[in-house]
Amino acid sequence: MEQVVQQIIGGLATGAIYACIALSIVMIYQAIDHLNFAQGEMAMFSTYIAWQLMQWGMPYWGAFFITIAISFVLGYVIERAVFKPVHNAPVLSHIVIFIALFAIINSMAGFIWEFTIKPFPTPFGTKSVLGEGLLSAHGAGMIAVTGIMLGFLYLFFRYTRVGLAMRAASANPDSARLVGIRVGFMNALGWGMAAAIGAVAGIMIAPVVFLEPNMMVTILLYGFAGAVVGGLTSPGGAVFGGFAVGVIENLASFVPHFGAEMKLSIALALIILVLTLKPNGLFGRKIVNRV
Amino acid sequence: MQIKKYGIIPALALGFAVAMAGSASAQTPGVTDKEIKIGNINPYSGPASAYGTIGKSIAAYFKMVNAEGGINGRMVNFISYDDSYSPPKALEQTRKLVESDNVLLMFQPLGTPGNTAIQGYLNGKKVPQLFVATGATKWGDPKKFPWTMGWQPNYQSEGRIYADYILKNYPNAKIGILFQNDDYGKDYVKGLKDGLGAKAKTMIVSEQPYEVADPTVDSQIIALKASGADVFFNASTPKFAAQSIKKMAEIGWKPAHFLNQVSNSVGGVLKPAGFDNAEGIFSTGYLKDQNDPQWKNDAGMKKWFAFMDKYYPDGDKTSSFNVYGYTVAQNLHKVLLAAGKNLTREGVMKAAASMKDLELDLLLPGIKINTSATDFYPIEQNQMMRFKGGNWEFFGPIISGEVRGS
Amino acid sequence: MKTTSPITTIIAAIGATVITLAQNWKVAGFIFILIIGAIFPLWASGVFTFQISQLLIYAIAIAGLNLLTGFNGQFSLGHSAFYAIGAYVSAVMMTQWDIPFYLTIPIAAAVCFVFGFLFGLPALRLEGIYLALATFALAIATPQILKFKPVEHLTGGVQGLALFHLKPEAPFGLPFDQDQWTFYVTFAVTILMFFIAFSLVNSRSGRAMKAIRDNQIAAKVTGIDLSLFKTLTFGVSALFTGVAGALSAMLIAFVAPDSFQITLAVAIFVGMVVGGVGWIPGAFLGGLFILFVPNIAEHIAFGLAAFFDLIRKVIPFFPSIGEQSAKGLTGTVYGVFLILLIYIMPSGLAGLLRLAVQRLARARG
Repeated sequence: MEQVVQQIIGGLATGAIYACIALSIVMIYQAIDHLNFAQGEMAMFSTYIAWQLMQWGMPYWGAFFITIAISFVLGYVIERAVFKPVHNAPVLSHIVIFIALFAIINSMAGFIWEFTIKPFPTPFGTKSVLGEGLLSAHGAGMIAVTGIMLGFLYLFFRYTRVGLAMRAASANPDSARLVGIRVGFMNALGWGMAAAIGAVAGIMIAPVVFLEPNMMVTILLYGFAGAVVGGLTSPGGAVFGGFAVGVIENLASFVPHFGAEMKLSIALALIILVLTLKPNGLFGRKIVNRV
Repeated sequence: MQIKKYGIIPALALGFAVAMAGSASAQTPGVTDKEIKIGNINPYSGPASAYGTIGKSIAAYFKMVNAEGGINGRMVNFISYDDSYSPPKALEQTRKLVESDNVLLMFQPLGTPGNTAIQGYLNGKKVPQLFVATGATKWGDPKKFPWTMGWQPNYQSEGRIYADYILKNYPNAKIGILFQNDDYGKDYVKGLKDGLGAKAKTMIVSEQPYEVADPTVDSQIIALKASGADVFFNASTPKFAAQSIKKMAEIGWKPAHFLNQVSNSVGGVLKPAGFDNAEGIFSTGYLKDQNDPQWKNDAGMKKWFAFMDKYYPDGDKTSSFNVYGYTVAQNLHKVLLAAGKNLTREGVMKAAASMKDLELDLLLPGIKINTSATDFYPIEQNQMMRFKGGNWEFFGPIISGEVRGS
Repeated sequence: MKTTSPITTIIAAIGATVITLAQNWKVAGFIFILIIGAIFPLWASGVFTFQISQLLIYAIAIAGLNLLTGFNGQFSLGHSAFYAIGAYVSAVMMTQWDIPFYLTIPIAAAVCFVFGFLFGLPALRLEGIYLALATFALAIATPQILKFKPVEHLTGGVQGLALFHLKPEAPFGLPFDQDQWTFYVTFAVTILMFFIAFSLVNSRSGRAMKAIRDNQIAAKVTGIDLSLFKTLTFGVSALFTGVAGALSAMLIAFVAPDSFQITLAVAIFVGMVVGGVGWIPGAFLGGLFILFVPNIAEHIAFGLAAFFDLIRKVIPFFPSIGEQSAKGLTGTVYGVFLILLIYIMPSGLAGLLRLAVQRLARARG
């Protein structure tokens, strides 16, 4: 029993990682109505920028905020330079561009910073705050940061003009255009914000998994799972989904005989099951398509 | 400058042009009076691209050889293709190297799956598959595969070394194991279990596998601590090894820690994980570590640093892969010198199978390479070591492994 | 260089006569393809024959995905799973039960059809992104399941199964080497599969599939059984990809979990989009792309070092990249290639061709 509790808390700590990235996935989904397969690589690249800034002697929080700003600009530029010219292309072509971006960013990071893992500092420390090292200070800090981001996003999308305009631009571009919203600009803004949130996620995750070019590849997948389970239209749901995936994955290792070996498969099967029962995720709104 | 450069247009035409060309000469393929062609496949793209630097450091090594006059007057043309760690691509690229580029031999193909995919083909064609870059046990079987030879100490024999040590020094140990759920991790576990013999069942209290796709091994470490293990055998790759060392310190688990040599790089694992956290870890080695201060004035190490500065300046000097690449390339260099002026594929295999007490720049002092017509395992020696105060301290004798593939 | 053998001349002569006899251009085209296929391995080198066999295999897999996505509007990022199942069914039957390779193809096809059909059931409830994620999950889980302990004795676990000694030889003492014979088998299966694909999309069922793609609710109103057609299409799509997998087991003569990673699913997907969604012959162009473009990207990346040095002669402060490190840019070059391709032809090669045909028609009319 004690071990189960331990694994649940351990799962929550890993879940915080997934929740962080799931949040940025939902963010970009709100803004562009797409899942961005290069999201994880963008976050990884941002984290390297932060690392490089600190390497050049910048203090942690300075590097933190400058990286967020740089990432915002990079996200904005990627949308303008890469997606704007093909915004009329079919969705499947967009996905191919995501795949291309993935390949480019991943190989550029390896080319610039090599593949040797790099330690990444944490502002929260690594002391245990719960039980015998079950939840580290960094884990708690990561959960707190995710919560704060979630709060800000909620307020932003609910109550600011830009936030509402962004939602309108992605949910119904044609109508949005009719009421005078600059849809293209809103999309680019959404990319910028998603990149910035991704940067925060990367900076929070790197101290746990170590910084290297492939660090986000599988985390992104779990993040997708979390976002989809929670519902792609609900930032809160995505955070919940992220934590849920972390816990489910850890508990799967208790399945007798093959749990430890197959925990990824079990987690994935559960996700498919959730989707079959609740196709829009646990907290997602149903999207009605007109004929 | 003998490393082959391709432009864009020749590359486009390559597929068709090479299709038309047959073998150029009746002599040994890949050997002319002026040139030796050596083929290699490495993952330069895709998820395993971290290994790509091995291929790059080998290319740099032969650039140095050529700058110093080549091998018996011949320049080395090292042609390396990307296989993205995919077995089908490995076979395609190997066939291109053998049939279109007409290489003399395949050198250091990387990874167990890729090598298995090309082994049948190369042995069928009687092309040497020399010094494969994998520590699996199955690469030294000259009866079945006379054209395939391993190089590094194999994982199973290393696992046995730890087992012997544990039996002698921790006879009542409760052992916890972390291993990567693939051929590499399982080989280590097998070696350890074989070494423990009948006691394996009672001594091993927990085995925790992880997948390469797992983001962290935190939950495995928590489970291992909970199992009450006081000896920890860690068969994980660098990133996961560093994670586990850090996590252990975080949760205050302090068993006797045996770390596989795949992950004992000072610069690549122990420093990122924190020297304090890594204090006291056991491992084995056969190569000198470039970030270990004790080799600062070592002649071989000085040569390596000079080599990196001159021929691979943008290479990563903390990466143990670059030490590995240099050393294995130097070994091939010696084999080609030994094979003499009259190079043939048979001659190269013969030279590779008759290395006697060969010592290389970056092998630990006392470790010697020996092969024979029946012994296709070049490096079989290891030395136990313990991490203290930022460097590895060696202890005990040079240990020879006896595990051979079946 | 292999000299032109008498067989080549004879086949060519027969072919030429048949073409002149054939009035119908479709028959002529088909015969032309047959002749090319028959002659090709006689003059091409072994490795080129091998590559073209691989290309055909990819084309079958891409056509399978295209039936699902291009003709039925369902989405999959997990077709590597069916490719793997096809390859493993064939390999396991050959190694464990000594079943001849040719027999394993229809069995692999049937098994994959069943798997695809079953996976199509939960897929019924999922759309767009959700289906993408579910199939993606399938692709991730497959290599793990292949090395799962209870099936290890069959699948060979992480070590996989080597089939080199089981590669089929040309029967009846036909004078073909293994590469040539492998090609002929692949070629024959390819023709069969594409014949099936063409017939299917032009049949009543094909029209039903397309109706579902274009408008589900409208299709339902006209009396099409949505669930049945969607799950059947999933099964057929998996069948095609499974046949490709079985052929690849013979061509590569080795199966292992590492051969069927998510990258394969992504490659099949990219091949479909590049070739053209909803256009069957595009599968060949897609196959061409995923087979050769990574190789070309690698050569270009290697050439970049020299290119940068050249620029540095003019602009001295231009960055230099080391010759060794340039290889690491392979992924970048590949990605740029892909983006440029989508720029030039947003709907793949099919879209480009359609556009060209339209322009031509307009110019004439």
